[in-house]
Amino acid sequence: MRKLRILIAKVGLDGHDRGAKSVAVGLRDAGMEVIYTGIRQTAEAVVSIAVQEDVDAIGISSLAGAHMTMFPKVVRLLQEKGAKDIQVFGGGIIPKNDITELNKMGVGKIFLPGTKISDVVAYLKEAFPN
Amino acid sequence: MTDNPDELERLRKIQGGDVRTASRLIRNLEDNLPEAKTAIRQIFPHTGRAHVVGFTGAPGAGKSTLVDAMISVFRKQSKTVGVLAVDPTSPFTGGAILGDRVRMQAHAEDPGVFVRSLATRGALGGLSRAVGDAVHVMDAMGKEIIMVETVGAGQQEVDIINHSHTVIVVLIPGMGDEIQAIKAGMMEIADIFVINKADRDGAGQLENELISMLNMVSEFPGGWRPPIMTIGNLFDAAAFREDVEKLADAVGDHYRCLVETGLLADRLRRKTVMEIHDALHDAILSPILTELTQSGEMDRITKRILQKESDPYTIADEIAGKYARDGKRNRMIN
Ligand SMILES: Nc1nc2c(ncn2[C@@H]2O[C@H](COP(=O)(O)OP(=O)(O)O)[C@@H](O)[C@H]2O)c(=O)[nH]1
Ligand SMILES: [Mg+2]
Repeated sequence: MRKLRILIAKVGLDGHDRGAKSVAVGLRDAGMEVIYTGIRQTAEAVVSIAVQEDVDAIGISSLAGAHMTMFPKVVRLLQEKGAKDIQVFGGGIIPKNDITELNKMGVGKIFLPGTKISDVVAYLKEAFPN
Repeated sequence: MTDNPDELERLRKIQGGDVRTASRLIRNLEDNLPEAKTAIRQIFPHTGRAHVVGFTGAPGAGKSTLVDAMISVFRKQSKTVGVLAVDPTSPFTGGAILGDRVRMQAHAEDPGVFVRSLATRGALGGLSRAVGDAVHVMDAMGKEIIMVETVGAGQQEVDIINHSHTVIVVLIPGMGDEIQAIKAGMMEIADIFVINKADRDGAGQLENELISMLNMVSEFPGGWRPPIMTIGNLFDAAAFREDVEKLADAVGDHYRCLVETGLLADRLRRKTVMEIHDALHDAILSPILTELTQSGEMDRITKRILQKESDPYTIADEIAGKYARDGKRNRMIN
């Protein structure tokens, strides 16, 4: 059976990763393998790790407002590395207009604060049916 | 070996160090896909050059931190590095959080370093079943040093010896059960002992206990008496780096000793025997178990044994007899 592998990354300069960690735990409890990388990742590092770990998706937690540069950069670098099949999704305090914009650029679902973990699980299971 | 153009292309890519292809193959090995086994057959002739270094020791002993520091040393020597870091799969959910990379962030963008996290997926012994083949993949990629970090969950972590040329046992002072663990088998597997976080109380005592245990050994294979390396506080950066460089030197010395004494050949033989065991298990036992389960026979057998109509040994003989007969018949037909 194919086991889902998900990279959970925390980008940006703030050192706060409680949200990212609880998503990691929730996905593990749903039977997924979660690669957790710690805080303050660059887009380059995130993409490099995603390829090394052969993940299905990258969940990026962005609190510091860098989302409009960070998400598109990750999507672009994935393309450059021939890995655009790796789905990018995210979470954080991100304005509605920006979400629409990001979706257009190829970013998947953005989960707002207060989202239940089960919604993230359902999203991933639907995106990657076994 | 193969004339399938896709397979040749994959082999060429892996030998060229292509991370995406290699990582996908490792994943297919973890998922136990039949095509992955085919790929390993093709890769196998191109392996055998890497020096494989295993790290074992309790969770929190500082294995990942040490691996990270060793990557820096080996990279300074312009060696390419592969890392396989194993973390436990939850027996309840089948999921896992693989967090060893948190300590290895500094190397994420270095193309000379390939770090791959693996979950145990139910394997006992502190590793994942895919580790052996994943080592082959990194070896075929041309990685000169491959470091394997075990889970570190207990005293049964002796599998690491089947997969590495040099085993480093990482200990920290002040954990009373360290010496117990060593008595329970870790002693025999260590090629190098590390006393990590040696700035803590109890480092001297731990070292003395190790020395007196080593003194009781009458003869070391190849004359290699495992050295005890002490590594001080990570946050005293300069001294820490110096300690880690000494550890890297010891790792190099050990490899030379293996080569010069012929012990390397013994280790390769040991790994090969284990691989034959595993491959036979996959080729013979797994299909039988699958068939028994799927046909419902497993339930019937279990019931018979529970009702004391039979016992596991008699059943096993029956099944073995049946499959041996079938095997012979198949051979005659072919
Ligand atoms: N004081 C001290 N802490 C260390 C040292 N090496 C590692 N640590 C810390 O010990 C913890 C566990 O380290 P880690 O490398 O993840 O251990 P592992 O579980 O064996 O891989 C981390 O918080 C490290 O920062 C050291 O030399 N001194
Ligand atoms: Mg670790």
